[in-house]
Amino acid sequence: MTRPVERSGTFLVLGEAEGQALVLSQALSFWGGIDVETGDITDHSHPGLGQNVAGKILVMPGGRGSSSSSSVLAEAIRRGTAPAGILIERPDPILAVGAIVAEFLYGIRMPLVVCEIAGIVSGDQVLVGIREDGGAIVKI
Amino acid sequence: MTLELTAQDRSVLDGGQGPSAAAAMKILVAFSNAIGAGSLLDISGAHIDGCLYHGKAGLDFVERLVEGGGRVRVPTTLNVGSFDLIHPGMVKMPEGEEVPARRLMTAHMELGCQATFTCAPYQTRFRPEFGQQIAWGESNAIVFANSVIGARTNRYGDFIDLCCALTGRAPAWGLHLSDNRRGRILFELDIAEPAPSDSLFVGVGLIVGQASGDRIPVISGLPRPRDEDQLKALGAAAATTGAVALFHAVGITPEAGTLDEAFQGHAPEETIRVTQADIDHALARLSAVPDGAPLSAVSLGTPHFSHEEWVRLLSLLHAVAPGRGIPIYVNTGRATLTRLQEEGALAGMEAFGLIPVADTCTYVTSILKRLDGVVMTNSGKWAHYAPGNIGVTVAFADVEDCIRSAAAGHVVRSAP
Repeated sequence: MTRPVERSGTFLVLGEAEGQALVLSQALSFWGGIDVETGDITDHSHPGLGQNVAGKILVMPGGRGSSSSSSVLAEAIRRGTAPAGILIERPDPILAVGAIVAEFLYGIRMPLVVCEIAGIVSGDQVLVGIREDGGAIVKI
Repeated sequence: MTLELTAQDRSVLDGGQGPSAAAAMKILVAFSNAIGAGSLLDISGAHIDGCLYHGKAGLDFVERLVEGGGRVRVPTTLNVGSFDLIHPGMVKMPEGEEVPARRLMTAHMELGCQATFTCAPYQTRFRPEFGQQIAWGESNAIVFANSVIGARTNRYGDFIDLCCALTGRAPAWGLHLSDNRRGRILFELDIAEPAPSDSLFVGVGLIVGQASGDRIPVISGLPRPRDEDQLKALGAAAATTGAVALFHAVGITPEAGTLDEAFQGHAPEETIRVTQADIDHALARLSAVPDGAPLSAVSLGTPHFSHEEWVRLLSLLHAVAPGRGIPIYVNTGRATLTRLQEEGALAGMEAFGLIPVADTCTYVTSILKRLDGVVMTNSGKWAHYAPGNIGVTVAFADVEDCIRSAAAGHVVRSAP
């Protein structure tokens, strides 16, 4: 890899993370969309079916679906089956609530960042850091 | 947009009202930033959909708020739980699951929430009034409050409904604001002098939910409903097949005196004609079996049966007198049940197979004794979710046909 790229973003939930990118072309609903015990994507109508989100930097256009996704994300963070961080293009309140509740309960920070996602491909090593002004910096 | 907090909001955030209120405010701020709200507003009530046990995180959250001395700041009702606390033994569950599921219900009460355990809080003394700002969870309750009452709530859910209750605040956004309540898509009922049957309202709801997307639907040509229970059924169906949080029915619901009022002077973005054939088709999809199929149970009361629905049902049971022992489950709120018992209205009704269920619902937990046969229901919502949730086969019909079928022992339906 000889193409280090940096882009800035906005934190919906503050934190630092590093991991391999898992890029989804469509938004994923955590409720009804992942197996909380494993992190496997189980939504049969989703192109990411069969992939695993655990420990990845999940990259997708936005959130989707029922507000029950907040509980599922919080539960996945508790169990260690959640992504290490999530990058989305459109702000999503349901994912934000799930992540902030998990931080409140378990002290585990899963950063949720709104940023440009074009150009990131699955398998890229992605680093999410905090800028001095509190903004997000995403290094690929 | 940047979120502007008042001095009072900041003080809560900084722990001025204790650690639980501070945590609730922090979560509310994160949510409000994610949706781009500019400020928070006061609410006068909340309804919490947090009593169904889905995993440890949900219970940990409420326990932590209890430990931190959390108390709701506004009158707050609770949605159904996994248990019927009124009828011990009704729900069958392994002990390992039962303990946390029961605790989830009582922990909410320790935060000062009312033990209503009903999906129809609008049928309790905590019913909001026109124009009131509230923060409600539970899809059917949300659509009823907005549409039939004209109170104002967004679709709140997991954690955030409770954060609003603990702070008495909600983001000034979405359906809390007048401009955002205008209709966008018009459904024209194309049926000459339609009869106000229960099925008509369910069918219209199913179609409206499916076709509205995120646009607020306006329905014209609906007959005047017999009572608000028919609008309850319409809303519940629309919030099942879609994400409808508010509908306007021209000449019927409070923000839709005229078509123009419903659209706030704008033109509809799209108009959809709804025929009797469309309604028959939508309803037919709710039934997986033909007439004549053997029946194992009837389930009514999704959403929870109102007192008026009970009165009609009881008179129907006396008239038809089903005697084959087929259970007729009726989900209802505990306050409604208490009133019926005080009136002596339920005496002797078990002979007809009647089994009242309180605090929960037959499709979210294990109540039904037999799951192998066909279960008949008058609820579009139950018909939609029960096959996936508890694995039953469903036949949909009006309540009259449900009771006639219980008497016959197999599915009997009048011609549509």
